[in-house]
Amino acid sequence: MPAVAPRSGEAIFASAERINSELFTLTYGAIVRQLLTDLEEVDEVNKQLDQMGYNIGLRLIDEFLAKSNVSRCVDFKETAEVIAKVGFKMFLGVSATVTNWDAEGTTCSLVLEDNPLVDFVELPDTCQGLHYCNVLNGVVRGALEMVSMKTEVTWVRDMLHGDDAYELQVKLLKQIPEEYPYKDDE
Amino acid sequence: MVREVAESCVDSLLIEMVSSYADRFYATKPDLAARRIEAIGYQVGHQLSERGRLGCTDTVTDTRTGLGILGELGQWIMGYTMERPRFSDHLEAIKFICKDFWSEIFKKQIDNLKTNHRGTFVLQDNRFRWLSHISIDSSPESPGVSQDGSEATVENKAAQAASMHLYFPCGIIRGALTNLGIPCAVSADISNLPACKCLF
Repeated sequence: MPAVAPRSGEAIFASAERINSELFTLTYGAIVRQLLTDLEEVDEVNKQLDQMGYNIGLRLIDEFLAKSNVSRCVDFKETAEVIAKVGFKMFLGVSATVTNWDAEGTTCSLVLEDNPLVDFVELPDTCQGLHYCNVLNGVVRGALEMVSMKTEVTWVRDMLHGDDAYELQVKLLKQIPEEYPYKDDE
Repeated sequence: MVREVAESCVDSLLIEMVSSYADRFYATKPDLAARRIEAIGYQVGHQLSERGRLGCTDTVTDTRTGLGILGELGQWIMGYTMERPRFSDHLEAIKFICKDFWSEIFKKQIDNLKTNHRGTFVLQDNRFRWLSHISIDSSPESPGVSQDGSEATVENKAAQAASMHLYFPCGIIRGALTNLGIPCAVSADISNLPACKCLF
């Protein structure tokens, strides 16, 4: 029997090396501010934040798999639950909830009510088109791509724009079958 | 309670920030990339010291500790606006950076502090946290055989790549000190990874 995947990232988070979130939050804020100065266009900043997140996700998945002991998920529903309850918790210290499934079971929402990225953040009027937390989209997309799932991730709700929570819509575009056998010996 | 995140969040963000600036936005202009990365650090250092909440990780059990530190930091800043004797204040501020500030960010104190008593301070960290995770892609052929020139280039490249990661912490220190009333220039020297010296 394979090891049962943890239902929560609580224990992993508790045993991980942690740091006062202020450094993280302020660093992210300073990066966003610098990008706004350098790139000028809000759309371009959104794009670059997503790209940075994507690159982070490509690498973070290794740490996730190594620490979480999660084995293969049976379907996308389980994948979404694992991201929300284990993935978010073990890195950011907060869990998300999974809701709004479509009939096919390929689109759902991850809802964050608490989000350390936005502590002390207020958007000025000039940045209304900014998806401040766009790095999170990229991380989810990048990490899932490394486990053979092509996804599209978009913001539905954003507290910085006056909504009551953060809602990320994750849409499974296609699952890329893994190719066996790996040609290790060549 | 003080909110925490996994340390790998900060590590990943910094690695990606440095590579975005150094390899993508300003790939052909390392000077500009360095200046931008330093500017990001400056903002963080400035805000960290401004918030005055440094060193408060242990306030969960004892709120008085937190207040004490808050008060202390407040005094730092007030002291400067009241123009205390310059020299002793500089040293005190540097000590604050070496102990409280450094521990808060890097979970250890500075290993060695030197000064020429003319305004230059050298802070040495023998195991600098943000460099200890970095591996450098240098593929040394057998060092005994390779020509002196090529070996030097490989080492040079390695140092250059590592130094890109130092502009951020230099910026943090400059931001914090500037906010404490000490305008300064901060530079870093790595002769022996992952040790790091900061000069200012």
